[in-house]
Amino acid sequence: MSSYLKNVWAGFYTAVKGMMITSRHMFKKSVTIQYPDEKFDLPANARNKLVLDMSRCNACTACAIACPVNCITVEGVRVSPEDPHQEVHADGKPRKVWVTRYEMDLAKCCFCGLCQAACPSDAIKHTQDFEYSAYNKESLYFKYQILTPEQSAEKVRLLAEFKEKEAAAKAAAAEKAATEGKPVAPKKAAPKADEASEQ
Amino acid sequence: MESTNFIWDLMGKNLWSVVAVISLPLIFVLIYALVAILAELKVSAWIQERLGPMRTGPWGILQPIAEVIKLLQKEDITPTAASKILFNLAPYVIFTGAYAAFAVIPFSEAYAPANINVGLFYIFAVGSFSAIGIVMGGWASNNKYSLMGAMRSVSQVISYEIPAAVAVLAVVVLTSSMNMMEISRMQEGGFWNWYIFGGPGGWTKIFMIPFTLTLAIIYFIASLAETNRLPFDIPEGESELVAGFHTEYSGMKFAMFFFAEYANMFVVAAVVTTIFLGGWTSPFGSFLAGAGWGAFWFILKSMFVVFLQIWIRWTLPRFRVDQLMYIGWKVLLPISLVCFIAISFFSLLNLG
Ligand code: SF4
Ligand code: SF4
Repeated sequence: MSSYLKNVWAGFYTAVKGMMITSRHMFKKSVTIQYPDEKFDLPANARNKLVLDMSRCNACTACAIACPVNCITVEGVRVSPEDPHQEVHADGKPRKVWVTRYEMDLAKCCFCGLCQAACPSDAIKHTQDFEYSAYNKESLYFKYQILTPEQSAEKVRLLAEFKEKEAAAKAAAAEKAATEGKPVAPKKAAPKADEASEQ
Repeated sequence: MESTNFIWDLMGKNLWSVVAVISLPLIFVLIYALVAILAELKVSAWIQERLGPMRTGPWGILQPIAEVIKLLQKEDITPTAASKILFNLAPYVIFTGAYAAFAVIPFSEAYAPANINVGLFYIFAVGSFSAIGIVMGGWASNNKYSLMGAMRSVSQVISYEIPAAVAVLAVVVLTSSMNMMEISRMQEGGFWNWYIFGGPGGWTKIFMIPFTLTLAIIYFIASLAETNRLPFDIPEGESELVAGFHTEYSGMKFAMFFFAEYANMFVVAAVVTTIFLGGWTSPFGSFLAGAGWGAFWFILKSMFVVFLQIWIRWTLPRFRVDQLMYIGWKVLLPISLVCFIAISFFSLLNLG
């Protein structure tokens, strides 16, 4: 009997106690953030939309290689020494490679941050911006350019001309050497330039 | 007999006044249901430290209207294997039961739609209507979850009606009246005269306070079970029975269940208010008393009880079926009987 009454009392008492707890929560400040009206701070290392700083990028393709889902496409072309348009790279030295093509498909990106870690010149970075959803995938395909297509073609042409000239000079030198009976040094410059422009 | 319906006084007894008397509670139910739905959303949100609906109207106060409009637009599906007539009738039967109970509720000393002498008895009678509606809906849906929900609901309503009735009977013993208007009038003269505090009487009523208080709590708990509210919502326990007896319902018929639940909540709150919390009487004696203030006090007290129901719903988890039966038969019933006998004894000794 007494245990029965004790049980009944415990049931009633705990229910009232629970209600007291919920009543206390009723008057606490709510934790809701009214999102589009109120913004909240993301952690400093939050990985959201990627942006590229073209003045730092040197088309080394490290990011494209690092990316696990292949969303980055990079093409570069070496700066021809005869190009009248020279530029200073963000690290203070003259630019050695023109970025003729840099495309990022953010629809594919999984925000792993590997590109950011791989980039030697801190050109590609995650920002805090996560509100960039779009209605079609094409608008998530970002193309970065500092050169117009004509300029890019010009750069490619200049480099080709320079290479041709070099090759002609080399051939002349080789001919000269052959006539003089000296051994020819193995060529190295040409394949390197090809690699850089291929990616 | 003095008038208890201001509409009769104002318009006489003709067809229009009858329509007015009938439609006044209906309008009240509809507005009240919207307010109660909003209160449910907001109280649940505050208890969980959320904000609740905030987008529809200022602070989201138009949310219930938006929800009703949404339900109205939804497709009204009748399952092919369902028993059509019963299936379509069930929501209206439930709502009729809930609405019919409003007929005897004394909103104010000047307004009780029907001031009949067996008011409390009538409320219990039409209150059981909802059980019939639930069984109809659950059976006609031809769905095992609906049927199980209906079965549970009936067993629950039957077992909890007994302690509720005993608790009400104890008050009837004290007042020797089943007329809800009379019961309200007896408690006039301040909150000390409410039956939750032993009712009117000399200092000897102090002995009765523990019993009437217990009975008020018992009636409140039983009324939670009768309206299928948490923690007694096993007929619609989402985690076990999908949605219980209204699993197959959609659109307006679902909205009827919804409205009926809230209307039922108000009915039991009104009964608690009338028999334990003084009905339309002012808690401060003759201060702020009168017909208009009566309606104010009545609705305020009832809304407080509705708020209590919401509060409990968002505090306690659901009972298991066996626990539910245990509480009904082995806890509430014996205790209410003991209180009933004690109160009968006191009133025999004329202590009250
Ligand atoms: S964050 Fe990851 S997936 Fe996205 S571009 Fe960088 S490497 Fe590719
Ligand atoms: S790793 Fe950095 S510098 Fe290299 S291509 Fe990518 S963005 Fe440009």
